[in-house]
Amino acid sequence: MIELDTIDRRLLRELVQDATQPASTLGRKLGLSQPATWRRIRRIYDSGVIKGQRLDLDHDQLGFGVTVFLGVKLATKGRVSIDDFERAVSAIPEVQTVEHILGLYDYRLRVVARDISDFERVLRRRIMMLPGVGDVEANVMLSEERRPGPIG
Amino acid sequence: MLDDIDRRILRHYQHDAAQPVADLAEAAGVTSATCARRLDRMKGAGIIRANRAVIDWRALGYEVEVSLRVTLEKSEPRAFDTFLAAAREVPEVVEIQTFLGRVDLRLSVIARDMAHYQDLYRTAILSLPHIADIEGLMHVARIKTDEILPL
Repeated sequence: MIELDTIDRRLLRELVQDATQPASTLGRKLGLSQPATWRRIRRIYDSGVIKGQRLDLDHDQLGFGVTVFLGVKLATKGRVSIDDFERAVSAIPEVQTVEHILGLYDYRLRVVARDISDFERVLRRRIMMLPGVGDVEANVMLSEERRPGPIG
Repeated sequence: MLDDIDRRILRHYQHDAAQPVADLAEAAGVTSATCARRLDRMKGAGIIRANRAVIDWRALGYEVEVSLRVTLEKSEPRAFDTFLAAAREVPEVVEIQTFLGRVDLRLSVIARDMAHYQDLYRTAILSLPHIADIEGLMHVARIKTDEILPL
């Protein structure tokens, strides 16, 4: 596993803020030369600590006013294969994330919709039609914060 | 407002946010100059807020992820604010969402292993203010994680 020093951690935080910053800009912020910054960035990427890049989009401006977290319990475990459910749910465009969890529910879905009536359409026509779907609990998201995590 | 070209660029950009502008332009069927101009405009308008690196916490030794669903005591008017301020102080809390629904909040907490999680839960989580009820859901696997908007 890669060991990160204080500068690496600051670099990682910077990349989470904006992954498109050139090495020269990052170097200036951290007081490093451009080649030294570039070597560190490369080491971080090579270690697999950064698994990709994600666009942070303003959902409201793009017309997606509603995000709902759905807890889904499978009704027919064993009979319908979990693979079928996972494949079908992942294919729904409004379903942004699918997580298999242990506890009160089997899956957590993050669903986007234009508004509440659009969400109702997704829920009734898409989610409730999934193979093996049982109890569904919906929580409408009011706010969200992504925290930097333990790299401070 | 966005037109079809903007939407096409965003669709391709979302699927691979690390690709160079030239590749993105080609995928979206526009010139690099047009693509760069459109991206700048969408950044300026705040439609594209950021292009962020995503950390793989497992690669840093965090093997456990737990989703904590929290209900707060409603008798306390400032319960939300106080709770949120305290939760932000816990470094292992990587996501906080507030909800309208059966639960008030959700915290996503990462830990190195179960022993570390148990320690965190006892020392940092249960001491958060105004918790009326809390339940944990353990992450087993991520099936879909791209968070792509269906534009």
